[in-house]
Amino acid sequence: MDAQAASLIGAGLATIALAGVGVGIGNIFGNLISGGLRNPSAVPKIMGNVFLGFALTEAIALFALLIALLLLFKF
Amino acid sequence: MAEAHSPLEQFFIHRIVPIDVGGVDVSFTNSALCMVIVVAAVTLLMTQGIRARALVPGRVQSAVEMAYEFVANMVHDNVGHGGKPYFPFIFSLFMFILFANLLGMVPFSFTSTSHIVVTFAMAAVVFVGVTVIGFARHGLGYLKLFVPSGVPVAMLPLLVVIELISYLIRPISLSVRLFANMTAGHTMLKVFAGFVISLGVLGGWAPLAFVVALTGLEILIAFLQAYVFAVLTCIYLNDAVHMHH
Repeated sequence: MDAQAASLIGAGLATIALAGVGVGIGNIFGNLISGGLRNPSAVPKIMGNVFLGFALTEAIALFALLIALLLLFKF
Repeated sequence: MAEAHSPLEQFFIHRIVPIDVGGVDVSFTNSALCMVIVVAAVTLLMTQGIRARALVPGRVQSAVEMAYEFVANMVHDNVGHGGKPYFPFIFSLFMFILFANLLGMVPFSFTSTSHIVVTFAMAAVVFVGVTVIGFARHGLGYLKLFVPSGVPVAMLPLLVVIELISYLIRPISLSVRLFANMTAGHTMLKVFAGFVISLGVLGGWAPLAFVVALTGLEILIAFLQAYVFAVLTCIYLNDAVHMHH
Protein backbone atom coordinates (compact mmCIF):
# COMPACT_ATOMS: atom_id res chain seq x y z
CA MET A 1 0.00 0.00 0.00
CA ASP A 2 1.07 3.52 -0.74
CA ALA A 3 2.51 5.22 2.35
CA GLN A 4 0.27 8.24 2.01
CA ALA A 5 -2.87 6.11 1.67
CA ALA A 6 -1.81 4.22 4.78
CA SER A 7 -1.36 7.44 6.73
CA LEU A 8 -4.79 8.66 5.64
CA ILE A 9 -6.38 5.39 6.77
CA GLY A 10 -4.45 5.58 10.02
CA ALA A 11 -5.64 9.12 10.66
CA GLY A 12 -9.20 7.98 10.08
CA LEU A 13 -8.72 5.05 12.44
CA ALA A 14 -7.36 7.40 15.10
CA THR A 15 -10.75 9.10 15.30
CA ILE A 16 -12.27 5.86 16.65
CA ALA A 17 -10.98 7.05 20.02
CA LEU A 18 -13.78 9.62 19.96
CA ALA A 19 -16.28 6.82 20.72
CA GLY A 20 -14.74 6.27 24.12
CA VAL A 21 -14.45 9.98 24.80
CA GLY A 22 -18.10 10.48 23.90
CA VAL A 23 -19.08 7.80 26.38
CA GLY A 24 -16.84 9.39 29.00
CA ILE A 25 -18.13 12.93 28.65
CA GLY A 26 -21.71 11.68 28.47
CA ASN A 27 -21.10 9.76 31.68
CA ILE A 28 -19.73 12.81 33.46
CA PHE A 29 -22.60 15.14 32.61
CA GLY A 30 -25.27 12.45 32.76
CA ASN A 31 -24.22 11.55 36.27
CA LEU A 32 -23.99 15.24 37.15
CA ILE A 33 -27.60 15.73 36.06
CA SER A 34 -28.95 12.61 37.76
CA GLY A 35 -27.01 13.38 40.93
CA GLY A 36 -27.90 17.05 40.77
CA LEU A 37 -31.61 16.32 40.50
CA ARG A 38 -31.42 14.24 43.65
CA ASN A 39 -29.47 16.81 45.61
CA PRO A 40 -29.42 20.20 43.85
CA SER A 41 -27.71 21.93 46.76
CA ALA A 42 -24.56 19.85 46.24
CA VAL A 43 -24.14 20.85 42.59
CA PRO A 44 -22.08 24.05 43.04
CA LYS A 45 -19.61 22.18 45.22
CA ILE A 46 -18.81 19.59 42.58
CA MET A 47 -18.76 21.83 39.49
CA GLY A 48 -14.98 22.19 39.77
CA ASN A 49 -14.53 18.45 39.78
CA VAL A 50 -16.97 18.09 36.90
CA PHE A 51 -15.03 20.48 34.71
CA LEU A 52 -11.76 18.90 35.75
CA GLY A 53 -13.11 15.51 34.72
CA PHE A 54 -14.49 16.97 31.52
CA ALA A 55 -11.17 18.55 30.62
CA LEU A 56 -9.24 15.37 31.44
CA THR A 57 -11.61 13.30 29.29
CA GLU A 58 -11.58 15.80 26.48
CA ALA A 59 -7.80 15.71 26.49
CA ILE A 60 -7.97 12.02 25.52
CA ALA A 61 -9.81 13.04 22.35
CA LEU A 62 -7.09 15.55 21.66
CA PHE A 63 -4.38 12.91 22.08
CA ALA A 64 -6.18 11.01 19.31
CA LEU A 65 -6.36 14.19 17.25
CA LEU A 66 -2.64 14.64 17.80
CA ILE A 67 -1.97 11.15 16.46
CA ALA A 68 -4.19 11.87 13.47
CA LEU A 69 -2.38 15.14 12.74
CA LEU A 70 1.00 13.46 13.09
CA LEU A 71 -0.06 10.75 10.66
CA LEU A 72 -1.43 13.29 8.19
CA PHE A 73 1.40 15.79 8.18
CA LYS A 74 4.51 13.85 9.19
CA PHE A 75 4.31 10.69 7.06
CA MET B 1 -4.90 36.39 6.26
CA ALA B 2 -6.83 35.95 3.02
CA GLU B 3 -4.00 34.03 1.40
CA ALA B 4 -3.62 31.62 4.32
CA HIS B 5 -4.95 28.31 3.08
CA SER B 6 -3.60 25.90 5.65
CA PRO B 7 -5.46 25.95 8.97
CA LEU B 8 -2.09 25.37 10.61
CA GLU B 9 -0.56 28.54 9.19
CA GLN B 10 -1.54 30.49 12.31
CA PHE B 11 0.97 28.46 14.34
CA PHE B 12 4.01 29.34 12.22
CA ILE B 13 6.76 31.11 14.12
CA HIS B 14 8.31 34.16 12.46
CA ARG B 15 11.49 35.92 13.50
CA ILE B 16 10.84 39.54 14.40
CA VAL B 17 14.33 40.46 15.61
CA PRO B 18 16.86 37.86 14.39
CA ILE B 19 19.47 37.23 17.09
CA ASP B 20 22.24 34.70 16.75
CA VAL B 21 24.42 33.80 19.72
CA GLY B 22 27.32 31.53 18.79
CA GLY B 23 25.35 29.58 16.18
CA VAL B 24 22.31 29.21 18.42
CA ASP B 25 19.18 30.88 17.10
CA VAL B 26 17.70 32.93 19.95
CA SER B 27 15.69 35.28 17.75
CA PHE B 28 12.88 37.34 19.18
CA THR B 29 9.87 35.67 17.56
CA ASN B 30 6.15 36.35 17.46
CA SER B 31 5.78 33.66 20.15
CA ALA B 32 8.23 35.50 22.39
CA LEU B 33 6.46 38.78 21.67
CA CYS B 34 3.17 37.24 22.76
CA MET B 35 4.66 35.94 25.99
CA VAL B 36 6.14 39.37 26.73
CA ILE B 37 2.71 40.93 26.13
CA VAL B 38 1.16 38.35 28.46
CA VAL B 39 3.61 39.03 31.26
CA ALA B 40 3.22 42.79 30.79
CA ALA B 41 -0.59 42.51 30.78
CA VAL B 42 -0.68 40.40 33.95
CA THR B 43 1.76 42.69 35.72
CA LEU B 44 -0.17 45.78 34.65
CA LEU B 45 -3.51 44.31 35.76
CA MET B 46 -2.14 43.25 39.13
CA THR B 47 -0.29 46.47 39.93
CA GLN B 48 -3.13 48.69 38.72
CA GLY B 49 -5.67 46.57 40.55
CA ILE B 50 -4.08 46.84 43.97
CA ARG B 51 -2.89 50.43 43.60
CA ALA B 52 -6.07 51.94 45.11
CA ARG B 53 -6.30 49.44 48.00
CA ALA B 54 -9.90 50.52 48.48
CA LEU B 55 -11.99 48.90 51.19
CA VAL B 56 -14.83 48.72 48.69
CA PRO B 57 -13.02 47.53 45.57
CA GLY B 58 -13.59 49.00 42.15
CA ARG B 59 -13.98 46.88 39.04
CA VAL B 60 -10.29 46.19 38.38
CA GLN B 61 -9.47 45.61 42.03
CA SER B 62 -12.47 43.30 42.25
CA ALA B 63 -11.24 41.26 39.30
CA VAL B 64 -7.76 41.01 40.82
CA GLU B 65 -9.16 39.97 44.18
CA MET B 66 -11.40 37.36 42.55
CA ALA B 67 -8.45 35.90 40.68
CA TYR B 68 -6.41 35.83 43.88
CA GLU B 69 -9.18 34.19 45.89
CA PHE B 70 -9.90 31.70 43.14
CA VAL B 71 -6.32 30.43 43.09
CA ALA B 72 -5.92 30.71 46.86
CA ASN B 73 -8.99 28.52 47.37
CA MET B 74 -7.73 26.08 44.77
CA VAL B 75 -4.38 25.76 46.54
CA HIS B 76 -6.04 25.48 49.94
CA ASP B 77 -8.57 22.84 48.82
CA ASN B 78 -6.02 20.68 47.04
CA VAL B 79 -2.82 21.05 49.02
CA GLY B 80 -4.09 22.17 52.42
CA HIS B 81 -1.87 23.83 54.95
CA GLY B 82 1.48 22.95 53.43
CA GLY B 83 0.54 24.69 50.20
CA LYS B 84 0.90 28.31 51.22
CA PRO B 85 4.57 28.71 50.18
CA TYR B 86 3.78 27.48 46.67
CA PHE B 87 0.85 29.81 46.09
CA PRO B 88 2.84 32.51 44.23
CA PHE B 89 4.17 29.94 41.79
CA ILE B 90 0.74 28.44 41.09
CA PHE B 91 -0.80 31.88 40.80
CA SER B 92 1.77 33.04 38.24
CA LEU B 93 1.43 29.79 36.35
CA PHE B 94 -2.36 30.12 36.24
CA MET B 95 -2.36 33.77 35.21
CA PHE B 96 0.31 33.23 32.57
CA ILE B 97 -1.51 30.32 30.94
CA LEU B 98 -4.89 32.06 31.22
CA PHE B 99 -3.66 35.25 29.61
CA ALA B 100 -1.67 33.40 26.95
CA ASN B 101 -4.77 31.39 26.05
CA LEU B 102 -7.01 34.44 26.03
CA LEU B 103 -4.51 36.47 24.01
CA GLY B 104 -4.62 33.69 21.45
CA MET B 105 -8.35 34.32 21.05
CA VAL B 106 -7.67 37.85 19.78
CA PRO B 107 -7.89 37.71 15.97
CA PHE B 108 -4.54 37.80 14.12
CA SER B 109 -2.63 37.24 17.35
CA PHE B 110 -0.54 34.22 18.22
CA THR B 111 -1.18 31.54 20.83
CA SER B 112 2.12 30.83 22.52
CA THR B 113 0.60 27.95 24.51
CA SER B 114 -0.18 26.15 21.22
CA HIS B 115 3.48 25.15 21.01
CA ILE B 116 4.59 22.12 22.94
CA VAL B 117 7.99 23.65 23.62
CA VAL B 118 6.30 26.33 25.76
CA THR B 119 3.89 24.02 27.57
CA PHE B 120 6.50 21.32 28.06
CA ALA B 121 8.89 23.83 29.59
CA MET B 122 6.23 24.74 32.15
CA ALA B 123 5.28 21.11 32.78
CA ALA B 124 8.94 20.15 33.16
CA VAL B 125 9.46 22.90 35.73
CA VAL B 126 6.42 21.64 37.65
CA PHE B 127 7.61 18.03 37.45
CA VAL B 128 11.20 18.72 38.51
CA GLY B 129 10.04 21.13 41.21
CA VAL B 130 7.53 18.67 42.66
CA THR B 131 10.06 15.85 42.64
CA VAL B 132 12.68 18.03 44.36
CA ILE B 133 10.14 19.15 46.98
CA GLY B 134 9.12 15.54 47.58
CA PHE B 135 12.68 14.36 48.15
CA ALA B 136 13.54 17.44 50.22
CA ARG B 137 10.56 16.88 52.52
CA HIS B 138 10.57 13.12 52.87
CA GLY B 139 14.07 12.09 51.85
CA LEU B 140 14.19 8.62 50.36
CA GLY B 141 10.79 8.02 51.96
CA TYR B 142 9.34 9.83 48.97
CA LEU B 143 9.91 6.60 47.02
CA LYS B 144 7.04 5.10 49.06
CA LEU B 145 4.80 7.10 46.72
CA PHE B 146 5.36 4.34 44.20
CA VAL B 147 4.34 1.57 46.62
CA PRO B 148 0.56 1.56 47.11
CA SER B 149 -0.42 0.48 50.60
CA GLY B 150 -2.65 -2.52 51.34
CA VAL B 151 -1.61 -4.45 48.26
CA PRO B 152 -0.54 -8.13 48.24
CA VAL B 153 3.24 -8.44 47.97
CA ALA B 154 2.94 -10.60 44.88
CA MET B 155 1.30 -7.72 43.02
CA LEU B 156 3.91 -5.15 44.04
CA PRO B 157 6.46 -5.59 41.21
CA LEU B 158 3.75 -4.91 38.65
CA LEU B 159 2.12 -2.03 40.54
CA VAL B 160 5.39 -0.25 41.31
CA VAL B 161 6.24 -0.23 37.62
CA ILE B 162 2.79 1.12 36.75
CA GLU B 163 3.01 3.82 39.43
CA LEU B 164 6.48 4.75 38.25
CA ILE B 165 5.34 5.08 34.64
CA SER B 166 2.28 7.09 35.62
CA TYR B 167 4.54 9.39 37.61
CA LEU B 168 7.04 9.83 34.81
CA ILE B 169 4.33 10.41 32.20
CA ARG B 170 2.98 13.41 34.14
CA PRO B 171 4.98 16.15 32.42
CA ILE B 172 4.06 14.74 29.02
CA SER B 173 0.34 14.47 29.71
CA LEU B 174 0.31 17.88 31.41
CA SER B 175 1.98 19.62 28.48
CA VAL B 176 0.26 17.71 25.68
CA ARG B 177 -3.16 18.39 27.21
CA LEU B 178 -2.70 22.16 27.10
CA PHE B 179 -0.93 22.27 23.77
CA ALA B 180 -3.34 19.87 22.04
CA ASN B 181 -6.40 21.73 23.35
CA MET B 182 -5.11 25.04 22.07
CA THR B 183 -3.92 23.67 18.74
CA ALA B 184 -7.09 21.68 18.13
CA GLY B 185 -9.40 24.54 19.06
CA HIS B 186 -7.70 27.11 16.88
CA THR B 187 -7.38 24.67 13.98
CA MET B 188 -11.09 23.89 14.25
CA LEU B 189 -11.95 27.60 14.22
CA LYS B 190 -9.85 28.07 11.10
CA VAL B 191 -11.38 25.07 9.36
CA PHE B 192 -14.91 26.35 9.97
CA ALA B 193 -13.86 29.86 8.93
CA GLY B 194 -12.68 28.24 5.69
CA PHE B 195 -16.17 26.77 5.23
CA VAL B 196 -17.63 30.27 5.55
CA ILE B 197 -15.46 31.45 2.66
CA SER B 198 -16.05 28.43 0.46
CA LEU B 199 -19.85 28.42 0.93
CA GLY B 200 -20.04 32.07 -0.01
CA VAL B 201 -22.68 34.67 0.83
CA LEU B 202 -25.65 32.32 0.51
CA GLY B 203 -24.59 29.26 2.48
CA GLY B 204 -21.89 30.75 4.68
CA TRP B 205 -24.19 31.83 7.47
CA ALA B 206 -24.52 28.40 9.04
CA PRO B 207 -20.78 27.84 9.58
CA LEU B 208 -20.44 31.50 10.60
CA ALA B 209 -22.95 30.96 13.40
CA PHE B 210 -21.02 27.84 14.34
CA VAL B 211 -17.75 29.80 14.44
CA VAL B 212 -19.34 32.32 16.81
CA ALA B 213 -20.50 29.50 19.10
CA LEU B 214 -17.08 27.84 18.87
CA THR B 215 -15.37 31.09 19.81
CA GLY B 216 -17.43 31.15 22.99
CA LEU B 217 -16.48 27.53 23.66
CA GLU B 218 -12.82 28.33 23.02
CA ILE B 219 -12.87 31.13 25.58
CA LEU B 220 -14.33 28.65 28.07
CA ILE B 221 -11.61 26.13 27.12
CA ALA B 222 -8.94 28.82 27.49
CA PHE B 223 -10.03 29.34 31.09
CA LEU B 224 -10.63 25.64 31.74
CA GLN B 225 -7.19 24.57 30.56
CA ALA B 226 -5.47 27.16 32.73
CA TYR B 227 -7.58 25.88 35.63
CA VAL B 228 -6.79 22.24 34.88
CA PHE B 229 -3.06 22.93 34.58
CA ALA B 230 -3.07 24.75 37.93
CA VAL B 231 -5.25 22.13 39.66
CA LEU B 232 -3.09 19.26 38.45
CA THR B 233 -0.01 21.12 39.64
CA CYS B 234 -1.72 21.45 43.04
CA ILE B 235 -2.55 17.73 43.07
CA TYR B 236 1.04 16.79 42.23
CA LEU B 237 2.24 19.19 44.92
CA ASN B 238 -0.13 17.56 47.38
CA ASP B 239 1.46 14.20 46.61
CA ALA B 240 4.89 15.66 47.26
CA VAL B 241 3.96 17.57 50.42
CA HIS B 242 1.67 15.10 52.15
CA MET B 243 2.14 11.68 50.51
CA HIS B 244 -1.35 10.27 50.82
CA HIS B 245 -0.55 6.85 49.45
